[in-house]
Amino acid sequence: MSSIAIRAEGLGKRYRLGASVQYKTLREVLPGIVSGAVRRVRSIGSSNSEAESFWALRDVSFDVKHGEVIGVIGRNGAGKSTLLKIFSRITWPTEGRALIHGRVGSLLEVGTGFHPELTGRENIFLNGAIMGMRKTEITAKFDEIVAFAEVDKFIDTAVKHYSSGMYVRLAFAIAAHLEPEILIVDEVLAVGDLAFQQKCLGKMSEVSRGGRTILFVSHNMPVVEKLCERAIVLHEGRVAYEGETSGAIHHYLHSTLAANTADGHIFDLTNATNRRAAAGNLLQRIELYTDDDLPMLEGIRIGKGLKAKVFFHLPKPVRSFDVGLGFDDMFGQRIFTANSLFEPARPTGEWEGSQVFVCEIPSFTLMPGMYHIKVWMDVNHTVADTIFQAARLTVLESDYYGSGKAPWNGAVVMKHNWYVDESANPLLVSKLENKP
Amino acid sequence: MHSDTLIQVDHAPIATTIVEPRKAFWDLELGALWEYRELLYFLVWRDVKVKYKQTALGVAWAVLQPLLGTLIFSIFFGRLARMPSDGVPYPVFVYVAMVPWQYFANALTESSNSLVASQNLIKKVYFPRLVIPLGSVIAGLVDFCFAFLVLIGMMFYYGITPSPSIFLFPVFLLLAVCTALAAGLWLSALNVQFRDVRYTIPFLTQFWLFATPVVYPSSLVPARWRMWYGLNPMAGVVDGFRYALLGKSAGPGPMIWVSAAAVVVLLLGGLLYFRKMESTFADVV
Repeated sequence: MSSIAIRAEGLGKRYRLGASVQYKTLREVLPGIVSGAVRRVRSIGSSNSEAESFWALRDVSFDVKHGEVIGVIGRNGAGKSTLLKIFSRITWPTEGRALIHGRVGSLLEVGTGFHPELTGRENIFLNGAIMGMRKTEITAKFDEIVAFAEVDKFIDTAVKHYSSGMYVRLAFAIAAHLEPEILIVDEVLAVGDLAFQQKCLGKMSEVSRGGRTILFVSHNMPVVEKLCERAIVLHEGRVAYEGETSGAIHHYLHSTLAANTADGHIFDLTNATNRRAAAGNLLQRIELYTDDDLPMLEGIRIGKGLKAKVFFHLPKPVRSFDVGLGFDDMFGQRIFTANSLFEPARPTGEWEGSQVFVCEIPSFTLMPGMYHIKVWMDVNHTVADTIFQAARLTVLESDYYGSGKAPWNGAVVMKHNWYVDESANPLLVSKLENKP
Repeated sequence: MHSDTLIQVDHAPIATTIVEPRKAFWDLELGALWEYRELLYFLVWRDVKVKYKQTALGVAWAVLQPLLGTLIFSIFFGRLARMPSDGVPYPVFVYVAMVPWQYFANALTESSNSLVASQNLIKKVYFPRLVIPLGSVIAGLVDFCFAFLVLIGMMFYYGITPSPSIFLFPVFLLLAVCTALAAGLWLSALNVQFRDVRYTIPFLTQFWLFATPVVYPSSLVPARWRMWYGLNPMAGVVDGFRYALLGKSAGPGPMIWVSAAAVVVLLLGGLLYFRKMESTFADVV
């Protein structure tokens, strides 16, 4: 028995670029026909169609098993939406093919088909029908949908009077009650407030637990990590990575880092691209060292010391300057900020020219993983230069607690002890006392 | 590689869909169209509901359009130009033709722009695209019904008793629907690619109005041109309506067969062209 829900075989989609993509007017086309004919006569034998087109997808092949929740991630323009459109049969591939076993419900945009003049009730039927539900199905689920969307009081008002939140809730509520074997969701969770997003996530988890297959496209990495067992990374139309979700996310984040030249422990910032500098580029270089002043080449073990040397240049004399280092995990979450603002013994006097500012961290207690370092500089209490993802630091496993086991869970480690409070339990004390 | 195509889950067997570069556009996929009949119903329902919301006169517009047209034509062609009208009072003569004509003109205008107007749906949801122009063409029938009721009233007012041939009018109505659909398929598909089409519609309907025997009887057309004249399917429709409802004019004659043949060719051609262009809609619209 086949357990494959979707099989993509060498899918490719080519789009023609430029004027030919847009709709035309006859006025533009008629002279084109003449010149086109001339061009065709001239270029007999040579094919120049490749030059004016671009491949949104190329040679994409993968399998999705029934009941799996697969994430599809990648940069904007990587081909994710095109891939979903092909699976939803909205557009056809230029080459290759896809085999789909089961009914597909696509949620590519929230509220497709909603008509502002119709009431919520009418739109539920309309939208449900557009998404492929039968009328009887919609009627049966009507109350559930209204309850999920929390628009009971407004169900008979024209949708154009709804707030944007209500609109989105209703639209998602309808889509959430589709029961296709395969659900394809494209970035729709980005809209809506936090409560709504939680609700949507809950519903999607429910759907996947029900054994349905879900193909989920999102830029929200924590959500992808939470929902999806496997993920595919698309890069410029090709499959760059296919496998376990955390690996996929790692691959994606790693490959989209600003291209700073990284020489192990030296990070040259003079040509950094991800930068905001109000008055010229002040930051020049970051160098990472261990607490023994050895270059940080491989990574730092938890609990060991770190020295970050920040090299910058001050063109004019300044009285005060500050540098901050932000350590972000692979989801872009800020775990720790080291800022010279917090230094009690701040540098005094006037400073000018090239300087080296050293940040000494005696014990680095972030959990193993890859961290990106953001660096910024304040001059006279105003932000002067900021560089995102300026440097990278890998934290390696170690037996931090001296217990023989390396810690594996959480964002940080902290020294702590466990002991039994014997004085609180009289029974225990008497037991101990009675021991031979 | 597994080649199973049916899996049992819950109760319904699951079919396999293969998505690949489209080759055969002559496969009209009418089965898929039947599967999506409920969507067709909802789209028609939506168009009808929305059309007259927030209007003062509401559905009365469905009747006012042909009536006002009849009034103007009666004054200028009936009174002033003294157009012959097959022995029937001119107003009724014109109105009988205006009812199917108004349906056709509106259906044509709506369906030719239907794909572009629904671009949101086309880009985001899968369903057989034929549903869209088909929906516009069917939605027009609601207005037709109201105008038709007024026609019956008018017939009583002018003391015209319907003959048994009245039961033939659905045939001519079907001919009108098919013509509207045929033209709609061609124009809507062309409109996606060339947006000029939309702007040619008013001109097209004006011209078509005078090429159709709405304000004049078809007997005005010299016999030797009658067959060419019949290539306009609406000529057959209008003559048919007049014959069925007024009973006085002679049957539409052999011209109706030319009209019918023209519709069949136009419709088949339209369906094929539409299907051929369908794969590009989502990308170009």
